[in-house]
Amino acid sequence: MNHESQLKKVLSQGEFAVTAECGPPKGADPDVILKKGELLKGSVDGVNVTDNQTAIVRMSSLAACSLLKTAGLDPVLQMVVRDRNRISLQSDILGASALGIRNVLCLSGDHQIFGNQPQAVGVFDLDSIQFVQVVKGMRDDGVITGGDSLDHKPDMFIGAAANPFADPLNFRIVRLAKKIKAGADFIQTQCIYNLDRFESWLSMAADRGLTEKAYILGGVTPLKSAGMARYMKNRVAGMDIPDDVIKRMEGVPKEKQREEGINICVETVSRLKELPDVKGVHIMAIEWEEAVGEIVKQAGLHPRPLQDKG
Amino acid sequence: MITGEQKPVEEIRQMIAPYKRILVLGCGSCVAECSAGGEKETAMLASALRMAARMNNEDVTIEEMTLDRQCVMQFVIQLDKVIDPYDAVLSLGCGAGVQAVAEMYPEVPIIPGLNTEFLGETKAQGEWAETCLGCGDCMLYHFGGICPLARCSKQILNGPCGGSVDGRCEVNPDIPCAWQLIIDRLDKFGGLDRLEDIYPPKDWSKKQGGGPRKIIREDQQK
Repeated sequence: MNHESQLKKVLSQGEFAVTAECGPPKGADPDVILKKGELLKGSVDGVNVTDNQTAIVRMSSLAACSLLKTAGLDPVLQMVVRDRNRISLQSDILGASALGIRNVLCLSGDHQIFGNQPQAVGVFDLDSIQFVQVVKGMRDDGVITGGDSLDHKPDMFIGAAANPFADPLNFRIVRLAKKIKAGADFIQTQCIYNLDRFESWLSMAADRGLTEKAYILGGVTPLKSAGMARYMKNRVAGMDIPDDVIKRMEGVPKEKQREEGINICVETVSRLKELPDVKGVHIMAIEWEEAVGEIVKQAGLHPRPLQDKG
Repeated sequence: MITGEQKPVEEIRQMIAPYKRILVLGCGSCVAECSAGGEKETAMLASALRMAARMNNEDVTIEEMTLDRQCVMQFVIQLDKVIDPYDAVLSLGCGAGVQAVAEMYPEVPIIPGLNTEFLGETKAQGEWAETCLGCGDCMLYHFGGICPLARCSKQILNGPCGGSVDGRCEVNPDIPCAWQLIIDRLDKFGGLDRLEDIYPPKDWSKKQGGGPRKIIREDQQK
């Protein structure tokens, strides 16, 4: 089996990369994740597997990544610091590397109060930036927190998230800089609907030289309906959906809204492709993996550069 | 101060049900400041329990007393003179007070009447807020005097997270984003550059590494 990060390879060759999100099931059936993998295969370079997203108990990201790896995809292991302390996080990094998983995305995680286990303790022993730094130390120096040496270094392409739309705006770039200084090789952003604000964030990042130091992948999510757009705007913290996007969704009949959502997404991807500081896109089609292939094709990103060589 | 809130009367009544002579024991320190277990609240709770007992035709004696501090042995021993007739003590001290009384009187059941909440400050009449975790290694210098461990819902030392909007926390808009407060405050002092550094993982051994903590001051010991 190929144990290189396909995502890293695509990015380092200067190709515009495509990753997509894949949510594990609320159950133990491996076929659910394998079917989703089948839908994404050939359309993407890497598949992000979410880690109990929205704090709802699901199949573990590590197990789902391993299943996808066996099926020939290049998984991006999402890991949140909400549920595990530094002992467990580092242990899982070693385990993931041993299973051939070569990409990790280090995240804070949605707060436990939002999910189906609001009585759970939130661990938050490390924060996401510290976690990036810890993984880098394990990979590059073979040391864990506290300074002990590993007898075999894990191999990981390290990612972090950025939200260009959250407050305080003047501090967003400082935090991005910290994530890259900590060791992030690539950055996946929050869903972009407000391209103007994204572009001003990007130019601030470029001014600090950050776009040269890490690969920026712009996040996109196809809207399924006008209702979903309104919900995300009003209920999801740090989500910026301009009114004209919502009006556009409302302007088409219900049965055409999914199509319109894909159209908006393809337009966004096409515009992101034109920005030299954006090195790829991350498509988060929530419980709608079927849409990914369509978006990739329509945006002219098909076929993927390594799809027949992986 | 240590804050607390009284448990529901029904829960208290279930816990005291087996006993006939009960001393409701207040504490004049922190829990008095947060209007949960001081002299006034102790009198009100004792009176409510007596009334409930009368309405249910229960033959119980409920009396009250308030110590200046339930968590300090020199004050707890004042109970020596009065405790004999009682077959249980309902303490309105914090968890430390309850345990100090229990340790002093091993043969008397001690029932907690409060839920002890947090280390915090009085923000306004009737409003208390958590501001300190008691982590054993104060980092307030670095964060403009605002503690991200106690006041950020995700305890982020390199914040803010992506959920801060209009200066409010994503967990609950009633919570100010601790990181917004930190940035605003450091900005006033020109100290924002401090936040360019990556704060390393917290040393939690100062809080929980050695099990329950103890302070020994030999210069204070006789």
